[in-house]
Amino acid sequence: MDLYLLEAILNGIMLGGLLALLALGLNLIFGVIDVVWICYAELVMAGMYAIYWLHAVYAWPFLLACVVAIALVALFGLVLHRLIIEPILGSAPINQLLATGGMLFFLQSLATLLFGTDFRNVGIRLPIIELGDIDLSFARLLAFITALVGAAGLYLFLARTYLGTAIRAIAQDREIMGLMGVDQRRIYLITSAIGGGLAGLAACLLVLQYDVHPFIGLTFGPITFMICVLGGLGNMFGGVVAAFVMSQIISIVGYYFSVEISYVLAFVLFIVLILVRPRGILAR
Amino acid sequence: MTDMRMAAGVGLAVLIALPLLLPSYFLHIVIQVLLLGLIYTAWGFMGRFGLVSLGHGAFMGVGAYTSSLLWNLYGVTPWLGIPAGMALAVVLAMVIGYPCFHLRIVGHYFALVTLALGQVVALLIIAGRDITGGSLGMTPNAVGTSWIALQFQDRTQFYFVALALWLAVLGIRAWASRGMRRAALEAIGEDETAAEAAGINVLREKLRVFAISAAITAAGGSVFAQYIMYLNPETVSGVGISLQIVFAAIAGGMYSALGPTVGALLTLTLTESLRVLFGTSFIGAANTIYGILLILFIIFMPRGILGVVERLLELRPRPQAAPAE
Repeated sequence: MDLYLLEAILNGIMLGGLLALLALGLNLIFGVIDVVWICYAELVMAGMYAIYWLHAVYAWPFLLACVVAIALVALFGLVLHRLIIEPILGSAPINQLLATGGMLFFLQSLATLLFGTDFRNVGIRLPIIELGDIDLSFARLLAFITALVGAAGLYLFLARTYLGTAIRAIAQDREIMGLMGVDQRRIYLITSAIGGGLAGLAACLLVLQYDVHPFIGLTFGPITFMICVLGGLGNMFGGVVAAFVMSQIISIVGYYFSVEISYVLAFVLFIVLILVRPRGILAR
Repeated sequence: MTDMRMAAGVGLAVLIALPLLLPSYFLHIVIQVLLLGLIYTAWGFMGRFGLVSLGHGAFMGVGAYTSSLLWNLYGVTPWLGIPAGMALAVVLAMVIGYPCFHLRIVGHYFALVTLALGQVVALLIIAGRDITGGSLGMTPNAVGTSWIALQFQDRTQFYFVALALWLAVLGIRAWASRGMRRAALEAIGEDETAAEAAGINVLREKLRVFAISAAITAAGGSVFAQYIMYLNPETVSGVGISLQIVFAAIAGGMYSALGPTVGALLTLTLTESLRVLFGTSFIGAANTIYGILLILFIIFMPRGILGVVERLLELRPRPQAAPAE
C-alpha cells in the first residue's frame, strides 16, 4: 500500500478524534437543551486565545494555562445560557440558533478588534514520531488520545453519576423530570458549563496544532455541525462515528486532490446523507 | 389605504430626485443600500415563513460569479449573464429544496443544510482558483460606460438601475404573496401538517418561495459585483455574508415589506460611520455591535425595527374612521 496514503489515513483517524471531541460538546448541548450553539467553534477560539495569552505572553506553565482556559470557557458557556438562551427558551428553536449566531459575530469581531487579524502561535513545538517510514505528529497523537479520554470521561459522568443520570433523563423527557424533582434550570446551566468546558478542552488541543486567529472558528465550525447532524443531533455515539467518517474523507480526498475539494465532498456528502437519513447515519 | 398610496408616491418622488440632492459619496451608500436591501428582502421572503436559510451567500456567489465569468471569459453581456446566474441559482435551490421539503427537513436542520450549501459554493470558488482567482477574488473587465456591459462611470445611472431593481423586487414580493397565497404560506409557517390537511400543496408553495428568493438573491449578487467591480468568495459567498444577510433582515424586520431595506440602511450606516469616525484601525467594531444587536433583537424585538414601528402605529388610535371602500 502507498505509504503516503497510509499516512493520510492515520492522520485522518487522529483528526477524527479531535472532531469527535468538538462534536461531543455541541451534541451534549443539543441533546439536553435542544439548542444549536452556532457560535460553538468561536468558544473554542476564545479558549485558544486565553491559552495563547496566558502561556506565550504571560509565561504561565502550559498545563495551568489549559486548566484556566477550560474553566473560563466553561464559565462562558454558563453565562451564554443564562443571558441569551434562557430568555428565549420558549420561542422557536431557530431563534435560539440565530441569537447564538449574534454571539458568533460578536466573538469573531471582538477578537479582530482586540488582537488584529495576525496568526498567533503558542510557540510549543512537539516532536515528530517516526514509525518506520511514516511520520506522525505527536501533537496530533496527543490530541487524539486526550479526545478519547475526554469522551470516555463524559460517558462515565453521564452513565455513572447521579447528576449525569439527571442530565440524560431530562434529555429524554423534559416535563416528567420536573415532576420527579429535577431542577431543569440547574441541569441546563450545568450542561452548558460542561459543553463550554469541552470546547475549552478542544482549544487546548487545537492550539498545539494550529495558529490562532479571529476566523479559525469558521474552519472548524461548519464541519462540526455537519458531524453532529450526521451522527443524529444529540446522539453522541453517532457523532463520534460521523467524526471518523468525515475525517477520513477529508484526509483521503485531500491527499488525492486538494483540501478544498475534500471539504466540498464532505459537505456534499452531508447534504446527501441528511436527505437520505434525516435522523442521522445510525438511525434505524 | 389612500394615506399609504400618498406616502408611497411621495417616497418614490424623493427617491427619483435623490441623485440631485445627494453628494456622490452618499449616493454610493444609497446604491449599496438598495442592492443589499433587495437581497435581504429576498431572504426575508422565505425567512418570514419559517424557512431560515444560512446559505444565501451561495446564491449571491452563484449569480455574481456566473455573470462575471461569462463576461470575462466569453464576453457575454451581463444582460444574459445575470439571467443565467439566476437560472443556476434556481436549479441549485431546487436540488436542495425538493428533497428537503419533501422529507420535511425544517427548522435548524434546514438551516444547517443551507449552511453546508454556502460552504460548498464558497469552497468551489476557492478551489477553482485558475479561473475565479480563488481567495484573491476577481475583477470584471472594465469598459467604461456601457449599457451592454452594465457598467457606468456615472453613479447616477447606476442609481437608477439599482432603484428599478429594488422596486421590481418589492413588486414581486407583493405579487407573490397576495391574498390566499399569503394566507397559505403563513399557515405553512405556523403548522405544516395542518396546512397540508387544509388542502395546501405545502411542497409546491415552499419550492416556489425558495426559487423566487434564490433567483432574486443571485440577480442582486451579480449587480452588486457589477457595481463594486470586485468579487471575492468572502464578500459574495460563504458563512460571513450569509449571516450578515440574516442579521440585517431580522434587524430591519423581515415581516415588513421595507424591513430588510431598513436593515441594510442600518448596517451600512453603522459600518460607514464607524469607518469614517475611527478609520480602518477600528476594523471589526461594526460586527461587534451587530453581534450584540442581533442578540438583543432576537430576545426583545424579533419582529425587527419596522415591525415594532408598525405595531406602534396600529396601536395608536385612528384620528378618524376609515371611509368604507
